[in-house]
Amino acid sequence: MSTVNRRVLPGFGLSLGYTMFYLSLLVLIPLAACFWKAAELSWADFWEAVATPRAIAAYRLTFTASITAAAVNVVLGLIVAWTLVRYEFPGKRLVDALVDIPFALPTAVAGMIYANVYMPNGWLGQFLVPLGIEAAFSRTGIVVVLIFTGFPFVVRTVQPVLEDLDAETEEAAGVLGANRWQTFRRVILPSLIPPTLTGFTLAFARAVGEYGSVVFISPNTPGTEIAPMLILALHLESAQRESAASEAAAIAVVLLVASFTLLILINLLERWSQRHAQ
Amino acid sequence: MPSDRPSRNDPWYVRYTLIALTLGTVGLLILLPLVNLFVQAFAEGATAYWNSLFHNADTRHSIFLTLMVAPVSVALNTVFGVAAAWAIARFRFPGRAILTTLIDLPFSVSPVVVGLLFVVLLGSKTPLGGWLLEHDYRVIFAPPGIVLVTMFVTFPFVARELIPIFEAVGSEEEIAARSLGATGWQMFWRITVPNIKWGLLYGIILCNARAMGEFGAVAVVSGKIGGRTDTMPLQVQKLWEGQSNADTASAFALASVLTLLSLATLFIKVGIERKFRDERTKIE
Repeated sequence: MSTVNRRVLPGFGLSLGYTMFYLSLLVLIPLAACFWKAAELSWADFWEAVATPRAIAAYRLTFTASITAAAVNVVLGLIVAWTLVRYEFPGKRLVDALVDIPFALPTAVAGMIYANVYMPNGWLGQFLVPLGIEAAFSRTGIVVVLIFTGFPFVVRTVQPVLEDLDAETEEAAGVLGANRWQTFRRVILPSLIPPTLTGFTLAFARAVGEYGSVVFISPNTPGTEIAPMLILALHLESAQRESAASEAAAIAVVLLVASFTLLILINLLERWSQRHAQ
Repeated sequence: MPSDRPSRNDPWYVRYTLIALTLGTVGLLILLPLVNLFVQAFAEGATAYWNSLFHNADTRHSIFLTLMVAPVSVALNTVFGVAAAWAIARFRFPGRAILTTLIDLPFSVSPVVVGLLFVVLLGSKTPLGGWLLEHDYRVIFAPPGIVLVTMFVTFPFVARELIPIFEAVGSEEEIAARSLGATGWQMFWRITVPNIKWGLLYGIILCNARAMGEFGAVAVVSGKIGGRTDTMPLQVQKLWEGQSNADTASAFALASVLTLLSLATLFIKVGIERKFRDERTKIE
């Protein structure tokens, strides 16, 4: 098909050439420049830059907050996807449309409203703060806002799989005497595992890089800095201290390697999901 | 339908519990913050809302800047997206799978890192940035840098929407047009573009929403110079951190404009999806 198409359809050279040119200029060269900048440091200096107590605290917070938020998203996402596919209720289409809001809403706006809602005099804060739950300007707040930004992922990966689920297998299980819970655990759940894992990883990957919403709700005190905030702080320091620029690049490289690994993982998971669905 | 299949029906208490949890989740996580935003934005009435938006010169400029940056980035990414989707969906060549992954790459890079990439490449202390400055061309701390990072973060949108559509539509009509003597561009404008128009619009809208709302990447390259390099999301932050009540009111007003934009995006998106489904059922 390939050679046939190239003879019949025009524009192979032009479209591929332009794609490669644009991709290199906008994505590959800037990425290479960052690795180059980090490579100005010797190995020892690189390790020192990426393993300062401040950096390690930032990775730890980024990682734990992201994984907690993604785990909560799995629970919420499975419930919402199941309800949207299986049940009828008034306002269902509105709820379905609202699920996508976190993708469309600018992260800065999300961070600002969340801080406002959970402040001691905010709509939810006035009830939660007396109970000792301070979600604005705290680590809890970081997790809460990350739950918001990653919310659609699990819903949107699980929903289509649930829709395509073969009704007959499920009925057969019922006819053969399985109760509803057994049918769910033995028949439905196994096919939901690949899309759930994909959704979890997508939400996690998104949370690891998230900055805009977190910066509004983080207390900005030492120890509540996520990795992207640390990069920005070092970048701003570089005006006074030349070496801070390389340190920022070094930590950016750590973050880049983490997100590329996650990207590959997501690709593998998606391929696995597709094979599972067939 | 659930009612016809008793063995697929869940007991009523499970059903009601799950519906309640869903409504609670979406209500608390999404609806309540949105309502809160609009209530705050319009707390002092429509006139105050208008004044919050347009009485401050810096806020006005941020709206102007966002309305300049987003269309430029979206237009360039649209041309790229069509070219990339054409190459990837219509032809087979070595490295095609890698190219597809590389196109998705920008989505996985943290916005702050995106900003840093361009500062490292084009900042005033770098060879390239220094050379550009000598020729009086400022990229970092100026609108061109904002356009570049916006292009980076919205890079995959159009291509990603179009590739599956190109594949679904197939190339029969294009091949027919060619064999009947159409030139390449005739085929493109009369066959290809009409076939992909809804997907193209969908990609452009998603791209635009993200372009207008980008915060982290712009924060790094713009230098946050009020009245010059602050886009709407950055101005929201500045106003929110401001001390006076008027600033806070303006922050809510400006944020509500961004929110209305994203709500409009979702609205159009749902409309296009419905259109899509109708056309597909018509074909079937």
